Parts: sequence; C-alpha cells; structure tokens
Amino acid sequence: MRPTLRLLEDSLIERILDEARTIVGTLGVEIHNPGVLALLGDHGARIDAAGSRAFIPGALIDRALESAPSGFHLYDVLGQETHHFCGDRVHFTPGSAAITVLDGDTGEIRKPHTADYIKYVKVVSGLRHIEAQSTAFIPADVPSRVSDSYRLYLSLLYGEKPVVTGAFTIEAFAIMRDLQLAVRGSETALAEKPLTIFSCCPTSPIKWSDVTSQNVVDCARASIPVEFISMPLTGFMAPVTLVGSIIEHAAETLSGLVISQLANPGAPVLWGGSPAIFDVRYETTPMGAVETMMLDCANSEVGKFLGLPTQGYIQMSDAKQLDAQAGLESTMGATLAALSGINSVSGPGMLDFESCQSLEKLVVDHEVCAMTQRLLAGIEPRDDFPSLPLFEELLREKHLLIAKHTRKHLKAEILVPGPVIDRANHARWVEEGSLTLGARARAEVARLVAAYTPSRLADEAKAELTRRMAAEAKRYGMDRLPAQT
Amino acid sequence: MDLLKSIAESLEHGDDERVHALVTEAVAAGLPAGDVLNQGLIAGMGVVGEQFRLREIFLPDVLLAARAMYAGLDVLKPLLARDGVPTAGTVVIGSVQGDLHDIGKNLVGIMLKGAGFEVVDLGNDVAPERFVDAAARSGAAVIGLSALLTTTMSVMKDVVDLVKARGLKARVIVGGAPVSEAFAKDIGADAYGFDAANAVDRVKALAAGA
Ligand code: B12
Repeated sequence: MRPTLRLLEDSLIERILDEARTIVGTLGVEIHNPGVLALLGDHGARIDAAGSRAFIPGALIDRALESAPSGFHLYDVLGQETHHFCGDRVHFTPGSAAITVLDGDTGEIRKPHTADYIKYVKVVSGLRHIEAQSTAFIPADVPSRVSDSYRLYLSLLYGEKPVVTGAFTIEAFAIMRDLQLAVRGSETALAEKPLTIFSCCPTSPIKWSDVTSQNVVDCARASIPVEFISMPLTGFMAPVTLVGSIIEHAAETLSGLVISQLANPGAPVLWGGSPAIFDVRYETTPMGAVETMMLDCANSEVGKFLGLPTQGYIQMSDAKQLDAQAGLESTMGATLAALSGINSVSGPGMLDFESCQSLEKLVVDHEVCAMTQRLLAGIEPRDDFPSLPLFEELLREKHLLIAKHTRKHLKAEILVPGPVIDRANHARWVEEGSLTLGARARAEVARLVAAYTPSRLADEAKAELTRRMAAEAKRYGMDRLPAQT
Repeated sequence: MDLLKSIAESLEHGDDERVHALVTEAVAAGLPAGDVLNQGLIAGMGVVGEQFRLREIFLPDVLLAARAMYAGLDVLKPLLARDGVPTAGTVVIGSVQGDLHDIGKNLVGIMLKGAGFEVVDLGNDVAPERFVDAAARSGAAVIGLSALLTTTMSVMKDVVDLVKARGLKARVIVGGAPVSEAFAKDIGADAYGFDAANAVDRVKALAAGA
C-alpha cells in the first residue's frame, strides 16, 4: 500500500473549483498582454480591453482540461527518459533562482559566480534521488540581461539531467529555446523529448503580467512544459483562510491552463505553485511554515482531482544556515509532499525563504529525498508468509545476518544513507574526527565534485551551445563569456 | 491637551472613525493644526512604530493605525497648508524597470504615508526617467527604489546616475531582497532599508538632511 496523505475531501475540492471558476468567469482575470487577451477573446472569452481583463467562461476551462495531458515525460540531454510525471510518482528538483549562495567554505551568504554554478551542476550530477537540475541561482558575473539564459547554458553544458528553469523577460525565451535546440537538433525533436520545464508565475490576486503570460504562450507553442507557479500570500494577497487561498490558487492556475491550451492544445503543464502564508511580524513569506506546506499539498490535490500532474515548492527552509531549523522544515516539506504525491517536488538546497542555495544543504536534503522515496515504497510482504520457517532459522542460528531471506531482501527493505547521515557509535564518531553535519556535508560536496565526469553530450552540440550563448552575451555588451574554472 | 492624547490613543488602536471625529473636534476647538499633527497623530504613530519594532504588535495593527492617520490627515491637510506647516516631505517610490515585484514596495509606501509622508507611487516596471521626472515635478525629498530580481538591481544605478546628471536634490534609498547596504554604497545611493519600519527611519533621516 502506498502511504498517502489527504487534506481535502472530494466534496470540498468540488466547491473550491466551483468558486474558482466563478471568479475567473465573473470577476475576470487581469492580463497585461494584448496578444494573450486577443487569444482569449478569439475563443469566446469576454474582453474588457480598457481594463486589461478577460472573463473566462466555463466552456473554455472545460476544453482546456480536456486537452491538457494527464502526464508527460522529461528526457536528459542525451535523450534518455528521466521523468514521468503522472499518477502519484514523485520526482525531486533543487530549489530554483536563488539570489545568493551559502558559501560552504566561509559560511558567508554571498552573490554567486560562474564557478559556483559549475560546482553546483557537478554536485547535482551525482545525486541519484534528485533527477533534475534547476537553474538554481543567478551568476552575478554576466550582464543581468543574459543571466537567466546563462544559467541554462551552463546546466546544459555541464550536466546531463533535464532542467527546471524560467525566463525573466519575454526576449530571453528565444535564446533559452535556442539553447535547447542546440542540444536536441530540431524543434520536432525537442517537442518529442522535452528537456526543460519553465516556471511561469501569475501575480496574485488573479493577474498575469505581460512577461509571464507571454512566456506561457511561447512555451506552449514550442511544446516546452510549463509549471504554473501561483503564489497567493495568505492573509495579504489572498484570504487568510487556507481554503480561501486554495480557491485563489485554483483560479489563477485555471486561467494559466486556459492560456496555455489555447496557444497549443495538448501542451504539457504542471499544476504547480509556491504558496506561502505571510508573517505579519517580519513581513516575510515563510516557506517552512506548516500552513504553507498544507497549502502546497492541498493545491496538488486539486490538480490531481482535475487529472493533471502537479508541482509544489515545498522542500525549503527559512533558516539562514544549515542548522536544525533547516533540517526540520525541509524534511517536513519533503515528507508531506511525497505522501500527497506531488509529482515534482521543488526546493532541495534552498534556505532563507527561497533566496539562498546551499550545496551542503542540497546533499543533506538529498538524503531526505532518499528516505521519503523509501517511505513511499511502503511496507510490503516479501516472503514473510508463512513466517514459521524463518523464525525456526533465527532460533537455530541465533541471528539472521547471513540468512538467505536477509540477503535477498536487505537492499529493498533497508535504505543505506550516504555519509552525511551519522549512524556511528559515539567512540567511532570521535575517532573519525567528531565531524559535525556541516563538516560531513562539506566533505560530501567535495567528494561529488571530484567524482564528476563531464557530460556525454556530443562535442559539436557543446560547441554550438557556447556559440549561441556567446552571441547572446555579445548582444548585451559582453565580449567574452567568463572563464569556466 | 487631553484631546490630543485621545487622538494619539485612538490612532494607536486603529480607530479611524474616532480619529476623524476627534481631529475635527480639535480643529473646531481652535487647536493649531500643527499641534494636532505632531502631538496627536505623529505622537500616536511613534508609539505604534515602537511597539511594532518590539514585536508587541504586528503589521496589520500598524496598517490600521496608518489608516487612522490618513483619516486625521484628511481633515488637517488644508489647514496645514494654510498655516504653512511643513509636511514630512514627498517620497517618489516604485519598483524598477523590468521588475514586477511590488508587494514589499507597497508596504514601504503604506508605512511612509502612515509616517506623514506624501507618497507618489509609480507602480512597478518603472523606467529611470519616470522616477526622475516624478521627483522633479513633485519636488520630492527622497526617491525609493525597489528591486527583487538580481537582474533588475542594475537599473537602480541608472536611476542614481540620472538623478545626479539632472542635478536633482532628491536623495535615493534602495531596498528589496537582493539589495544590501554594500550595494547601495557601491552604486552611490544614499541609503538602504531592509524592511518597512527600517525604511521609514531611513527616509526620515534622509528627509531631515542626514
Ligand atoms: C511573491 C514573489 C513573487 C510574486 C510577486 C507578486 C507581487 N505583486 O509582487 C510573483 C509570483 C508574481 C513573482 C514573480 C516572479 N518572481 Co518572484 N518572488 C516572490 C517572493 C517569494 C517573495 C517576495 C515578496 O513579496 N516578499 C514579501 C515582501 C514584503 O518582502 P520584500 O519584497 O523583500 O520587501 C521588503 C524588503 O525587501 C524591503 N523593501 C522592498 N522594497 C523596498 C524599497 C525601498 C525603497 C526600501 C527602503 C525597502 C524595500 O521592505 C519590504 C517590506 O518588509 C520572492 C522570494 C524572496 N525570498 O524574496 C521571489 C523571487 C524574488 N522571485 C523570483 C523570480 C525568479 C520571479 C520570476 C522571474 C519568476 C518567473 N520566471 O516568472 C517572476 C518575476 C517576473 C518579473 N520580471 O518581475 C526570484 C528572484 C531570483 C533572482 N535571483 O533574481 C525569487 C528570489 C524567488 C526564487 N528563488 O525563484 N514573484
């Protein structure tokens, strides 16, 4: 039996969706993009052009729900399948787009550079239970206009895993698509084997900006999967009740779904989100709050009810260091997410709300990913009935350490964690240097960096990636890309 | 004197209707508008600010107090102008070009208004020229810039440079998640604020010529 968490009854989900549909139909959705408004208008939405508002009828929503796929696959740079988002499968992705990194060597929170990014890709390459890269932070040593595409470039050049990313402007989409074409070879090949997922954010309450709505359309037309990242802030930009926030999330996400499916029926999407409560003491958006995590899980239940694959920004912490708070918040998030079957769980590595990536935290979180995957495998009978022969053997031999039954089932039943998790007895722990979690995590990061082997992407494709990126950087005044050391 | 105290207390409790009524009463009783402002409204807001800093009260309490402040100012404004009482000053505020994040900037704006500043909010995705034009037009003492993206921070420097190029007297304060004190110094901005209450303190200092 797969262990499962449910927070909403079906009847409540139905009422939530009824409200969400009423909101987009009668209050309408504010959209600051004439092209997107026209697209909706052409298909029967009532448009108030002066107010930049579209009133989306139920029929359009129904059509979008029909055409949106119930699942999709991702493929690595070599074209091998890595992900199948469907049912209750769970995949983990590092938290994306941090502003800073926590430097493992100095303990300082600072702006990242190219070298940090390459190190990050090397580490993620070695993490078995984190199947995707994300464009985890923004290197500060390139012009800001290319910094969103530059991180995708480095990910595609150094890593093999597919990439969860996003554009910061309308213009950046073109180069971010072209980089993927350099890997795949053609538009058809890219559409057949998606390599990335783009995050696209509505603006609460119930609004789409010019940039993000255009990103949705552009991704859909290129069959690039989109994760909708609605971010209602409970009690601030959304009702203070969790149900009210879930209604707002559903309204915003349904509107995104309609835009994407009108642009290209059948385009792959994730019913995603990064909801948060709002802390009225500190004016912050806590990602480690239990209510934030409840919202993530509940939003995913709504998506699943609609038959869509889901995503959630949930395995994160508000702590500023790799400390107990970082561990407890991220672990609670990962566990709840896995139990509720969120298909794409975003967040590993992230600290400081979602502003800071830490490689050391990433390797710790990776252990949590492994443990939650074990949890999901559940408790299954394996040659356990009848049990008498095994117990007779135990009484006879006085142990089962080398029993056939043990040798057969040890690996599937008992997860062996990585070196970050300390299970030595005290004396041995002292003998091995009394290493703290931080020290063990630093050592593991160093080991992964040393163990990295270059991406097997063809050399011509790598050269083409660099050519395209260099040309883009040049357009924005950078004659040479930073040295990749 | 008791009336001014009541105004301050009603403001602390966020009772906008009562503040409106009491300020009207004070004005009718002939109290100078400047006294009502400083010893009533601003005194009350000072207490609220201190309680917020000590985490004794939370943001919504401050916003309620700010709303009560506006209710009182509605009555006082024409009289303050007539008496030539100097206002706290004008602040032009906005999220810089390319940046659509405006939640933090909005909070800062609300708190500045609550502290008695005239706030010209230009919204988000604001080009450097618009900041400078608005500051020139309104005679703003301070320009407040917000950025939440690494990619839009650089626009802040463009604004600072433009303010200098145009020879404006307005001082520039910056804020937002990727911004820091060091960055503010780097680009030649006059101050940095890390949250709304801190922004108010810094803007007050700037407006006072610090
Ligand atoms: C909410 C949010 C959104 C909302 C914004 C809604 C809105 N109306 O503003 C939505 C969902 C729309 C959004 C969109 C995007 N976002 Co966003 N977002 C956030 C989030 C989670 C919280 C920001 C926030 O509102 N905080 C609460 C307020 C109260 O705090 P604050 O903004 O920091 O403001 C306080 C202080 O900074 C200060 N302050 C702020 N301004 C000023 C100004 C002055 C003068 C002063 C003195 C002080 C001051 O006082 C404020 C009050 O305390 C941050 C994460 C984070 N940790 O900050 C990401 C984040 C900033 N977003 C991010 C990204 C990437 C995006 C998108 C590009 C995603 C996409 N691909 O579509 C788009 C932006 C498109 C664009 N061109 O702008 C990244 C930035 C990455 C980077 N390195 O630059 C972050 C860090 C999250 C992440 N890791 O991905 N986002």
